[in-house]
Amino acid sequence: MAEKLDQIFIILRDWLVSFLPAVLRPAAGVLLAVIAIVCVFPGLFALTTVFERKGLGRIQNRLGPNRVGPFGFFQPIADGIKSLTKEDIVPFSANALVHFLAPLILVVTVFMGFAVLPMGRNMVLVDMDAGLLFFFAMGAATELSVFMAGWSSRNKYSLLGAMRAVAQMISYEVVLLLSGVSVVMISGSLSLPKIVAAQNSYSGIFPHWYIFTPWGLGAFIMYAIAATAETNRSPFDLPEGESELVAGYHTEYSGFKFALFFLGEYLAMFSISGMGTTLFLGGWSAPFSFLSWVPSWIWFFGKVMTSIFVFIWMRGTLPRLRQDQLMNFAWKFVLPFTLLDLMVTALWRFMGDGWQRWVVCTLILIAAYVLMGRVGLRRKHIGPRSYRYAE
Amino acid sequence: MNAIFYILAALTITGGLAAILLKHLIHAALAVTIAFAGLALLFLQLDAQFAGFAQILVYIGAVAILVVFAILLTRGADLPREGVFSPTWLVGLVIAAGVFAVLGWAVLRSVNAIPQQAAAPAVSVLDIGNALVGRYVLPLEIVALLLTAATIGAVIVAMHEKAGSR
Repeated sequence: MAEKLDQIFIILRDWLVSFLPAVLRPAAGVLLAVIAIVCVFPGLFALTTVFERKGLGRIQNRLGPNRVGPFGFFQPIADGIKSLTKEDIVPFSANALVHFLAPLILVVTVFMGFAVLPMGRNMVLVDMDAGLLFFFAMGAATELSVFMAGWSSRNKYSLLGAMRAVAQMISYEVVLLLSGVSVVMISGSLSLPKIVAAQNSYSGIFPHWYIFTPWGLGAFIMYAIAATAETNRSPFDLPEGESELVAGYHTEYSGFKFALFFLGEYLAMFSISGMGTTLFLGGWSAPFSFLSWVPSWIWFFGKVMTSIFVFIWMRGTLPRLRQDQLMNFAWKFVLPFTLLDLMVTALWRFMGDGWQRWVVCTLILIAAYVLMGRVGLRRKHIGPRSYRYAE
Repeated sequence: MNAIFYILAALTITGGLAAILLKHLIHAALAVTIAFAGLALLFLQLDAQFAGFAQILVYIGAVAILVVFAILLTRGADLPREGVFSPTWLVGLVIAAGVFAVLGWAVLRSVNAIPQQAAAPAVSVLDIGNALVGRYVLPLEIVALLLTAATIGAVIVAMHEKAGSR
């Protein structure tokens, strides 16, 4: 029974496909999987917007949406109808073609990333030999759409937002890739199902996820920072900081095109959380060996939604960075630390089994963290904030 | 398969032609991105996954972005008054045609020189990785050294400018 429940979507797909002639079956199977992805993640997006607004409301000591439906849960439907019926305004001096293409390219490339994520046992759309590379290639292509949106709007706020977004995404893209590389070094494969399979074993009741190793924890933290910056989430939301740039690169978008940008941002959050789950949190494997009977897809989506919760929590907690702080942080702390973590990963790989490598790798990483923190903060006088004009 | 090849070839060539014929710099940069994407798809069509994805990651993700970034940071995207086409375009055309002819001649000759292989060799990403850090480790290290030198050079150029402006 547990096995059946685990594979329920595969069984369902095979049953639906079996009505067709044999020639069409492979194509129909792929089509069904694509339809599932295109339906499930926007559905999750709708749910997440409510949870985010509710959660932020909770953090800020207010109620959040509570007018539409029970507890405001039909709010996304109302929002969807609103954005569909709103007038689509294109600025007079905008570059119409590029302005039109930008949201489409964003959503399409973000959707492509889901093709290689293993969302459960045997539940991956394309088991690609170079799946990790494909995912990051698609992530890199989204940068261009952000730039296209900001530039084609012919608005200084949009352009500033786009410039910020591109600078930030290029800086943190390097970190994102390098922290993925350390996982590839250990698992020896670029194929995501194989990376999950490599983590899906237990000693006692505890799993062998990569986050439970010194190098894995370091790489995961760096990945999480880079992922937050890559998806333009607070505290790295300078490209669309409302208080500075109106809405950044999508200031001049209205109606459904704006909704597409909104959708693209949340889908990117889902896909990058899914990637982090796959690389470091054991993908669809259960957190304890005695919980393996729970269907694998529940674990995957549970882990993704937990990451989304952390995203929302951070948004409600942390203030926005300044542009120079953002860049200094990327190039002077996150990138060197990730490079060092790569070295530690190599050390871990070649020290063989045993307790020595745990001690050595942990000590190196902690020493590096403390040292870099000390050196970075040496000339900064951190104390009570003094206001020049406000007092 | 051939139809796909012709569609991709048309896409790539259109992107390349648009890149040199469009008057607006940003449009040209976006058009050259289409050409990059077409090339990546051609690699994928030849079953070269690694080359194809690396092409997307490096050329669309980094090179195209850097190009538009450089255009915006330096002279702006305004059209110059004297037109964008160089007065010596004929010479450029002749040189380009010459290079193309030499390359085409070399490619066409190589088909005769090397006997046709029965099947394309299956090269996985793992093989490429092993070859890069095994047999071809020296060229890899030389390229790495060269890129490091270029990075340091770029940093020095940037530092000099900053010191001068003070």
